[in-house]
Amino acid sequence: MSAYIVRRLIYGVFVLLGVNVLTFALFFFVNTPDDMARAQLGLKRVTPEAVAKWKHERGYDKPLFINEKISGLGRVTETIFFDKSIRLFAFQFGASDQGRNIGYDISSRMWPSLAVQVPAFVIGLAVYITFALLMAFFRATYIDFWGVVLCVLMMSISALFYIIGGQYVFGKLWSLVPISGYDSGFNAIKFLLLPVLIGVISGIGGNARWYRTIFLEEINKDYVRTARAKGLSETRVLFRHVLQNAMIPILTGVVVVIPLLFLGALITESFFGIPGLGSYTIDAIRQQDFAIVRAMVFLGSVLYIIGLILTDISYTLVDPRVRFS
Amino acid sequence: MMPFLFEWLWSDLLVWLLVAGVFGLVFYTRARPHLRAPWARVGRSASGMSAATVLAMFVLIGLLDSVHYRAALPPQDGKAAYATEVSSLLDRVLAPLRLTREKTYSAPLATHLYAKETVQTADGRETRLYPRLRHGGAHLADPQADRGRDIATRGFHGLALVLVLWLGAAVGLCAVRTRRTGSGMEAAWRDIWQGRTAVPWRAVLCALGLLCLIIGPVAALAPNYHVLGTDKVGQDVLYQALKSIRTGLVIGTLATMVMLPFALVLGVMAGYFKGWIDDVIQYFYTTLSSIPGVLLIAAAVLMMQVFIERHAEWFPTTELRADVRLLALCVILGVTSWTGLCRLLRGEALKLREMEYIQAAHAFGVSHWRIMMRHLMPNVMHIVMIALVMDFSGLVLAEAVLSYVGVGVDPSMISFGTMINSARLEMAREPMVWWSLAAAFMFMLTLVLSANLFADAVRDAFDPRLIISGGRA
Repeated sequence: MSAYIVRRLIYGVFVLLGVNVLTFALFFFVNTPDDMARAQLGLKRVTPEAVAKWKHERGYDKPLFINEKISGLGRVTETIFFDKSIRLFAFQFGASDQGRNIGYDISSRMWPSLAVQVPAFVIGLAVYITFALLMAFFRATYIDFWGVVLCVLMMSISALFYIIGGQYVFGKLWSLVPISGYDSGFNAIKFLLLPVLIGVISGIGGNARWYRTIFLEEINKDYVRTARAKGLSETRVLFRHVLQNAMIPILTGVVVVIPLLFLGALITESFFGIPGLGSYTIDAIRQQDFAIVRAMVFLGSVLYIIGLILTDISYTLVDPRVRFS
Repeated sequence: MMPFLFEWLWSDLLVWLLVAGVFGLVFYTRARPHLRAPWARVGRSASGMSAATVLAMFVLIGLLDSVHYRAALPPQDGKAAYATEVSSLLDRVLAPLRLTREKTYSAPLATHLYAKETVQTADGRETRLYPRLRHGGAHLADPQADRGRDIATRGFHGLALVLVLWLGAAVGLCAVRTRRTGSGMEAAWRDIWQGRTAVPWRAVLCALGLLCLIIGPVAALAPNYHVLGTDKVGQDVLYQALKSIRTGLVIGTLATMVMLPFALVLGVMAGYFKGWIDDVIQYFYTTLSSIPGVLLIAAAVLMMQVFIERHAEWFPTTELRADVRLLALCVILGVTSWTGLCRLLRGEALKLREMEYIQAAHAFGVSHWRIMMRHLMPNVMHIVMIALVMDFSGLVLAEAVLSYVGVGVDPSMISFGTMINSARLEMAREPMVWWSLAAAFMFMLTLVLSANLFADAVRDAFDPRLIISGGRA
């Protein structure tokens, strides 16, 4: 088991290296630092001196891979590739193009993101699985049929509509919760209610339908027929047998997203004015802050790889047959 | 001198190439019963066929909007001159909507502006009032009294006209059926109405009728009113919503076309060869899919923007720049989203390569390339077909979100995303301007919902597991 995890970790490092090379190519080959400087400073009427200054302040004026001017280790370390890519492995994100410390920003903005994402994730999972079990319990009846119709309808509605509609109904029309904003400590709860609720509702359509398919696939298997033949009640069959055996496909989809909860929800946070990592990313994209986007791409990949490894570990917990060696 | 000059944008060419490809595929499929069978199953699904009817309407609008031209101007010095403005056939059809600009916001079917203005009255005094619209309801002498009745009569006329057309379609369908089956008109109608036909014509006619109920009155009112109101700069919202359709369709189809070759070639190769080729391809798609989708798209689009700005001279007109940006967005969406399908195809190819017929092909000395082309590809096509239709609606929805984030289509291009984005800020206005948002969401919902229903029908018809177990999962 531990040998397997170590192997997966090493593979993960290689994947991260690939991600790094990819982003590096995207950010430094498609466009040169000069182009980025011009895009930041305004395209027209920009002097070469201003471009050079912009590049020097942010360390973009070094050579890409090998610094010929310096001898020894500096040949490799005093380069853009080392500065902007390799340092990420030590979680040294450096400064953003605006000059802020990215590492500090991420560590402080992580918490509001988690405050929205974790409750939305937990409540959402419970709601989706309950709905799906209900539909599976009443399969091939009108409840099931209209449940599926409702799911298809709900997954056809844009996430933007849920947010805007929710803000209008709960925030403006009924004045139950503030439309947007954030506060520290427990005062944040009233700001969190609506984003969490909307996060859950907007996912119902797709998720409930997805879990229903998983349950129905299990329900047609032989062990379920055996359980029924033994005279078990339908509820017992569903909860004791089907739910447990459906855990593997459910975990495959669920565990991998848990680490990504750190990153926050992009549009939700930006609409509700929550100072989390999602709105941080959106602001960076809008301001064309390439350093932050690079840092978030790396962080996202790290979290995804952690999620993949966690998924494998979770298999061994729910299914005694799974053994990694 | 020609009355117009065709102006083929890149996306137009690709769209029509796609249409030609679809026709070719239809032709190819028709002659082969085993390929025709799943489509016949789609044809028997009532929800699928109704959805297809609605989708066909959207596609028609999208195709009309994909023929661009420049109108001729009065000749100068004997030389032919053409307008610099590029417009499409749809613009021509919707000219009454496009050209009737108001000053600013006006509510749906309104006769007055939504904001008060200071106006000089006849006797020289200044008052603040809601001024009349330049075009919306301009034919009414006394809007207060006449508006309701005028809208009702016009709407009713439109409805009546469209109902006649609908009846014509129904009778035509019956006539075709009588020719096929040899039964009488009345019997044909009864068959259709009681749902006894193989293809659920009743559902199709119902969907068509529902569409007509909406289109008729709207078409009758559109020349004289702004049926869905106007936006901040006074542009008709209905026009914008109709123009957005093409953007959505182009993104939904072209992005999947970009994704397809990657997923198909790499997925089948990985599953078939196994060994180091499989390792390399797996590493490649794990790497790509480990970057959260939006971030990868955002990074790529940001770089593309910088690239286009640096080479501004390559794209002389706004239309051309917006068009290239649209295509680049499709490419980026395609390149970032092929990993899921690739994984599925790899799994299927892994399973298929152990089958006896592949072993037999090996024994006969058939080359790897030929085995993959002749024996593997056709047997994974159902997965490809399901993935194609399933991805479409997701891409249409993604466009709106990406435009909100600022990495979507060019701001000058009309799309659902840009409509929502510009209307979003007006939610805070008192009283609220809701019609732009409502129009964008309703059009998007209709498009995505019908695409989803159609995708479900296709999945039910193509997925062998569902067919064996006898129907819908």
